[in-house]
Amino acid sequence: MLVVITYDVSTIDPGGKKRLRQVSKLCQDYGLRVQNSVFECVVDSTQLRQLKYKLLEIINKETDSLRFYRLGDNYKTKVEHIGNKETFDLEGYLFI
Amino acid sequence: MRKLLNSLFITSPDVYLTLNGENIVVKKEESDIGRVPLHNLESIYAFGYSGASPALMGACAERNISLVFLTKNGRFLAKVIGESRGNVILRKAQYRISDSDSLSLLIAKHFIIGKVYNNKWILERMTRDYPLRIDLSMFKEVSRELSKNLIEIKNATDLELLRGYEGQAAILYNKVFDQMILQQKEDFFFKGRNRRPPMDNVNAMLSFAYTLLANDTAAALEAVGLDAYVGFLHRDRPGRVSLALDLMEELRGVFADRFVISLINKKIVNKNDFFVKENGAVIMIDEARKKFLKAWQDKKQEKIKHPFLGEKISWGLVPYAQAILLARHIRGDLDGYPPFLWK
Repeated sequence: MLVVITYDVSTIDPGGKKRLRQVSKLCQDYGLRVQNSVFECVVDSTQLRQLKYKLLEIINKETDSLRFYRLGDNYKTKVEHIGNKETFDLEGYLFI
Repeated sequence: MRKLLNSLFITSPDVYLTLNGENIVVKKEESDIGRVPLHNLESIYAFGYSGASPALMGACAERNISLVFLTKNGRFLAKVIGESRGNVILRKAQYRISDSDSLSLLIAKHFIIGKVYNNKWILERMTRDYPLRIDLSMFKEVSRELSKNLIEIKNATDLELLRGYEGQAAILYNKVFDQMILQQKEDFFFKGRNRRPPMDNVNAMLSFAYTLLANDTAAALEAVGLDAYVGFLHRDRPGRVSLALDLMEELRGVFADRFVISLINKKIVNKNDFFVKENGAVIMIDEARKKFLKAWQDKKQEKIKHPFLGEKISWGLVPYAQAILLARHIRGDLDGYPPFLWK
């Protein structure tokens, strides 16, 4: 399934920058960065739980926020892209 | 059943593959041109001479992603194998069978029964779908001969005899192969199999399809813990994935041959997709190879009901399903190896 993950990590407090970096790195392990703090991850339910668990270890619930949008298996008709930063389809043809 | 993941094809020659976190990163002159999380991948095919970092090779081996290097023309160069995984007991059982001609025969027979049966049904399907465009009586005749052949194979008493019957079946099948090409007949014809190098368009495509299929079956066998290099029908030879070639026999016709024929008949490829080298070898141009791989990917995603498991799976998982069944037989959980019988 496709899960869109967005986050806001507050960088006002001293550990914020570190948390931001860790969150972004972790999300990148699981999916594609489509905008600055937006990731699209094609994962199964186990991988999603792993990712969630790891993210919860990093963030500070008082100041940061995380949002998960589950778009299911038939996500291809649900996503529309306009403008630059074109990405590719993880389940389509991968030719480089 | 497991989900079939995607394959990444690297067709630009001057790139380098590296690992970053859990991603494969494709680099071209120091800049990243692509990045894909490894958990979305089943296999990586690198065509041409693109290199890969040892860290990436390790990561692929660990996660059971087959990383294969091929020449630009699709000939096999190398693949990355990690620590031998799976079950020693299973692998030892496999070696014991391979050492014994009589035990090998029992399994090898089933590979060939699968192959001949499937080829017979390819022909039967042609007579049903295109009765007016082929030599109907010839097809029916060959099909009858193949049925007789199946009984002979079933009763074969040693491996040499089995190879003989297989050869007979191949001659029969090749005799009508050319007639299955219904379109672009002046550019695509089949007069017989030739390879290293392939000398005509059809053989060039067949060779390419067989290489891809052999890699898929080898990866499937390794995934279930069998040794892809120790076969029952094909003899051991250094660097030859004998068991993968064995397992592939039953899929050659229904998967690779039909795929190549459909590319021609649907006019997805045409004569401009090939060129002839000075020595007569025929190769596909880069664009054609891309078309071929795209169609191959589509074919792998197509769903089919597995005749033995009774489950709907994608074509791309068929080698994997057969590898599981073979492992179950070797382990003793199944009385015989059930070949993939297609109709």
